Amino acid sequence: MSLDIIFYILGGLTIGTALMVVLSKHPVRSVLYLVLTFFLISANYVLMNAQFIAIVNIIVYAGAIMVLFLFVLMLLNLNKENEPKHSLWMTVGAIISGGGLFVVIVAAMRDAILAAPMIDENSEKVGLVENLGQVLFTKYVLPFEVSSVLFLAAMVGAVLLAKREKQTIE
Amino acid sequence: MLLATLFESGVKIEHYMVLATALFVIGVFGVLYRKNAIILLMCIELMLNAVNLLLVAFSTYFGQADGQLFVFFIMVVAAAEATVGLSILVLLYRNTRSTDIRLFNKLKN
Repeated sequence: MSLDIIFYILGGLTIGTALMVVLSKHPVRSVLYLVLTFFLISANYVLMNAQFIAIVNIIVYAGAIMVLFLFVLMLLNLNKENEPKHSLWMTVGAIISGGGLFVVIVAAMRDAILAAPMIDENSEKVGLVENLGQVLFTKYVLPFEVSSVLFLAAMVGAVLLAKREKQTIE
Repeated sequence: MLLATLFESGVKIEHYMVLATALFVIGVFGVLYRKNAIILLMCIELMLNAVNLLLVAFSTYFGQADGQLFVFFIMVVAAAEATVGLSILVLLYRNTRSTDIRLFNKLKN
């Protein structure tokens, strides 16, 4: 089985599950389809030999973020179909604007002039942990540290948002 | 030599561009179409992942590690965004008993 067949199968499945995220009425089913989409995107990363990003994608997205979404869905007791019916012009408008955006972006990318791929003996190792860590802690060490400040701000913000409500209840 | 065979076996970088655009447009469509705020946040995650896919594809194509590190930082920002967004959503739910975005227009006036 050659690689392009694997790519077409993975791409078709990814688009199919992504569509099911949007179209399924049940919110929990939506979350589970999104987890499946993330696994398929990780498979795409493995196909491109970006192994570190593939593992991190599974751990962070399919593991942490999606569990957070599921927790919120279960805590708010939203695991039922409570979405009202969509009006027709809203559906048509969303389809037209989404399809129009797709056509415009693809048409713009068709005219893009791309350089030839640079594949040498080093490009096999680009996605491995050793090489990525080397670049992360030399060239991108300042953004790395700044992102820790961002995480701290997000953590403080989330705790504060949850705490203030608790005081008003008491 | 998996990598060389991937881009020589008929899979072009344009294929990944179209795939990422399709995923992004599905996310945009979801934001426009759905009314549940949690599903809106999930569609935003889908859009971020479409961009991640394209960044990794170009990073592999050009043999540079920078694109994959940007994916790393996008994941950091997405995690922070999901945390704060969901906690705001829980607060909104406590006040309105719903996650319908059409009820969240109180700041309009």
